[in-house]
Amino acid sequence: MPIQIEIISPEKVLVSREVDMVVMPGAEGDIAAMPERAPMMLLLRGGIVSLYDNDAVTDRYFVGGGFADMTATRCTILADKAEPVSEISIDNATAALEALTEAWDKADKTDISRLDVLQDKILSVRAEIEAGSSAS
Amino acid sequence: MASLKELRARIGSIKSTRKITSAMKMVAAAKLRRAQASAEAARPYAAAMRRMLGELAAATKGEEGAPRLLAGTGQDKVHLLVPITSDRGLCGGFNSNVNRLTLQTIKKLQAEGKTVKLLPVGRRALSFFNREHANLIVDQVIGFSGKEVPFSVASDLGNKVNALLEAGDIDVCTLVFNKFQNAMTQVPACQQLVPMVVDDVVATASAASAPAEDAAQYEFEPDEATLLAMLLPRNLQVQIYASLLETAAGENGARMTAMDNATRNAGRTIDSLSKVYNRTRQTNITNELIEIISGAQAV
Repeated sequence: MPIQIEIISPEKVLVSREVDMVVMPGAEGDIAAMPERAPMMLLLRGGIVSLYDNDAVTDRYFVGGGFADMTATRCTILADKAEPVSEISIDNATAALEALTEAWDKADKTDISRLDVLQDKILSVRAEIEAGSSAS
Repeated sequence: MASLKELRARIGSIKSTRKITSAMKMVAAAKLRRAQASAEAARPYAAAMRRMLGELAAATKGEEGAPRLLAGTGQDKVHLLVPITSDRGLCGGFNSNVNRLTLQTIKKLQAEGKTVKLLPVGRRALSFFNREHANLIVDQVIGFSGKEVPFSVASDLGNKVNALLEAGDIDVCTLVFNKFQNAMTQVPACQQLVPMVVDDVVATASAASAPAEDAAQYEFEPDEATLLAMLLPRNLQVQIYASLLETAAGENGARMTAMDNATRNAGRTIDSLSKVYNRTRQTNITNELIEIISGAQAV
């Protein structure tokens, strides 16, 4: 029995179809959504969402953090930013990483909450670059 | 009476104005279609966000120390108004409606003894309030309208509001923008962002989820409070984004209507000027004839 997966970015719906399994990057570790799963809400870090059909990855999407809402029959991913792995622009991502690294160097090292946010962003962009380079 | 040459020049200039306004109308119509499509495309995210927020709010209900975005600061002293307009004019009363409503709201709040701060979005609001209430402006966002609205504008704006709130500079935040009804009608309206008007969200969410979904308890990872703290700023951004998109669509709708009227007016002016032109021409001819005839008779 398949589950309904939806990947939604603020601008539009990227994917809405039925798959056998979805593996997504939870903030505290990767999590798979499968049919008949107990309902769950999840915070996502930046990383790859993989869609599985018949035990094989059919599609991979990069999400830059967000939330996931899973129930027994569907899985909704609200991504801050999302794109197919094949469309990642490594140049843009590298530029973003440089800007973030600069912000990190300048940032006040005692302001922990701000550093946390920056660190999450840096990790997310690094994951994007990694995903982009593995695809091409 | 204007001379023939002057009349010809005026008709010519109004003709070129009509060309410009009718071109602007076409452009606005095309942009309107695109803006409506992107407003349409943004709706699923907002809907899913509302559903999740409803679940979470229900799960954390009654707990102490709710985040400020949800509950506010518990005070009602400092109001932040965010009037959202376009960057360019020539769209009828679209921008002045928002500015006027904001002005009324400011007066009302000040009469109640509240402090008002302003965060104008769009050049039209900024220049208007720079004249009227420059001392109230705390921040501004301009230079995005007319193009596709990127989500980053909304997220920056949301972060600004959030920062002001966290710093305790404001207690209540309200958006003033044109609600898009259809291409012809946009209604200026206020929408309170902070504290969140949670009742209807929870009500719709529980009404939707109770019978449809199985009653199993949700798991949260990490815990509810952390998720809520992450989700609320997002929700703020999404609401702002929705109003920005409505403004973009409304701006083009209003411009389309305004330019349609302008084109029609130009046509009417050309007609009446042409009439005057022809009559003047005929009078001139008649006058010349009379001169010739009376000259011939005198001989």
